[in-house]
Amino acid sequence: MSPGDMKRDSGLDIYRKLLLARMIEEKAGELYSQGHIYGFCHLYIGQEAVIVGLSENMTNIDSVVTGYRDHVHMLLRGIPPNSIMAELCGKVTGCSKGKGGSMHMYSRDKRVYGGNGIVGAQVPIGAGLAFAHKYRGDGGVSFTFYGDGAANQGQVYETFNMAALWNLPVVFVLENNRYGLGTSVDRAAAGGTLANRGDPFGIPTVLVDGMDVFDVIEKSKSVIEKVRNGEGPVILHMDTYRYKGHSMSDPATYRTRDEVETVKKTRDPITRVKNALIHEIGIGDDKIEEIMNEVTAIVDAAAKFAIESPAPPDHALEMDVTL
Amino acid sequence: MSGVPVRLAIRDAIAEEMRRDQDVFLMGEEVGRYNGAYKASQGLMDEFGAGRIIDTPITEYGFSGICVGAAFAGLRPIVEFMTFNFAMQAIDHIVNSAAKTLYMSGGEINCPIVFRGPNGAPRNVAAQHSQCFASWYAHCPGLKVVSPYTSFEASALLKAAIRDNNPVIFLEHESLYGKKFDMPDGGADSLLPLDKAIVMKEGSDITITAFSISVDHALCASEVLRNQYGISAEVINLISLRPIDKTTIVNSIKKTGRILSVEEGWSVCGIGAEIMAIAVEHAFDYLDCEPTRITSSDTPMPYAKTLELLALPSQSKIIETALAMCNCPK
Repeated sequence: MSPGDMKRDSGLDIYRKLLLARMIEEKAGELYSQGHIYGFCHLYIGQEAVIVGLSENMTNIDSVVTGYRDHVHMLLRGIPPNSIMAELCGKVTGCSKGKGGSMHMYSRDKRVYGGNGIVGAQVPIGAGLAFAHKYRGDGGVSFTFYGDGAANQGQVYETFNMAALWNLPVVFVLENNRYGLGTSVDRAAAGGTLANRGDPFGIPTVLVDGMDVFDVIEKSKSVIEKVRNGEGPVILHMDTYRYKGHSMSDPATYRTRDEVETVKKTRDPITRVKNALIHEIGIGDDKIEEIMNEVTAIVDAAAKFAIESPAPPDHALEMDVTL
Repeated sequence: MSGVPVRLAIRDAIAEEMRRDQDVFLMGEEVGRYNGAYKASQGLMDEFGAGRIIDTPITEYGFSGICVGAAFAGLRPIVEFMTFNFAMQAIDHIVNSAAKTLYMSGGEINCPIVFRGPNGAPRNVAAQHSQCFASWYAHCPGLKVVSPYTSFEASALLKAAIRDNNPVIFLEHESLYGKKFDMPDGGADSLLPLDKAIVMKEGSDITITAFSISVDHALCASEVLRNQYGISAEVINLISLRPIDKTTIVNSIKKTGRILSVEEGWSVCGIGAEIMAIAVEHAFDYLDCEPTRITSSDTPMPYAKTLELLALPSQSKIIETALAMCNCPK
């Protein structure tokens, strides 16, 4: 899919989703600095095209699991912004009733299974979701997101092995944002690339520009259909970048400001769509501003809702340990 | 039925649950074509096929995570570990994924899964294959931990574990697989609660708590204590290590005034330590002597037979300790 193929309405919809993804994270950063959000908080800013693009090709039957950088995955699978922001603030109105926080968000209804704080542990879990799809024959696909840091975990390769042996309907989405916390991929991954890690298992890898929502939509479409049709697992290698530090407490001194600014200037996923809307479809500035206002209102309302919501009651401490 | 070995009771319980519920499946190393490393799944692949009796590569971390994911999605996996020693490779998924997700999700995502296999010390296999993990799992909120002794317990608890909506750690014992017990004719719906101890033998002088193979030692010891020394020992089969059935233990101590815990695990922070704490916290005024525990020695398990005998709890150690607690001359 090229920007030129984009229909006006779907283009605006994608732009709105990207912007909401960006702004909800910016608001989370703001609430963090004000002390409303605390603990670990990993922002997705810069990587939005990955989940926004893939969501275009997902169905309601499909399952999703990801690591701790999970707010936007939840958002795109349909968890309301209010519920996400309230969870970040540790409020009872949050999607995990304030007991999970930033890294642990779920919805059985939307088939999102975390939010997992143990690097790489979501990968076999994702294959397990795929196992369940296959066991039931429901036509669903598991989208299992992991980062370049997780890509060096042993359990990832145990999972590749079994997913390939058993032909599981799983799309492994490698969000390579170039740094596992402060360690760059070239310092962590032997062989200089993560793009061949599926080869020994016969799992094909498709290279995708994870900063370009059109490339994500285009390249993933046929891949997902193949997985859905029982052709076995696939890895989507998303070349992406996070603008912020690993977490709120990371000043990101391991990379130059120049590097970050260059990516922002040349590859920003939102600017790219915005420019396409303006220059190729002829959307006016007023429409762009209207969307901005609309998204700002959603995000502001979510923050207000979260801040004003009550903390979990004391009796919640010992609830939900076992059923 | 008379003379049913524990491994057969386990096999039949799995089969009955799989016939009852299509969502139940068994996964592990050698469970299918090989019929189980300890034959606890003999014939199951023939009946249920490779889609529900699933042989895995030797990758405990990976297949445990896969089963947790399947359980999140609503299936009911039974994960067989060839021994619980190998489950250490998978303990992250047992604790961080299976046990904590219900809580982390505010009750949204539960994990109906059974992790089962032999636990504790079989004989002559040295340190890496001889360890009791009961206290490891009993430590963790979000898990239920049970360990059967008889064939009926194995059957009725395993069925209850498979039907339970939480992760259940099911600790078997290699030395019990071949042991035969009479089974009541209860049919497929005979279940035991996962949180209740069973008083195997009533007594008035001393309470002995044990689980798994240690129940065997305790029962044998209680016979000798009664017949040779006139001491009446009450033997409690703990069954559940999480939660521990405090009520049954405390009521027994109130009757006997003495508590002796027996386990194959190590002493430090072990199940016995918890039993001692329960005795002191809930039955302090009833104690006639110090709460006492018999555990494995505070060492890795030695290979040499003589040393291994020294390391493990035994009938004679129980008798000797009980006599001392009752101030009874040998």
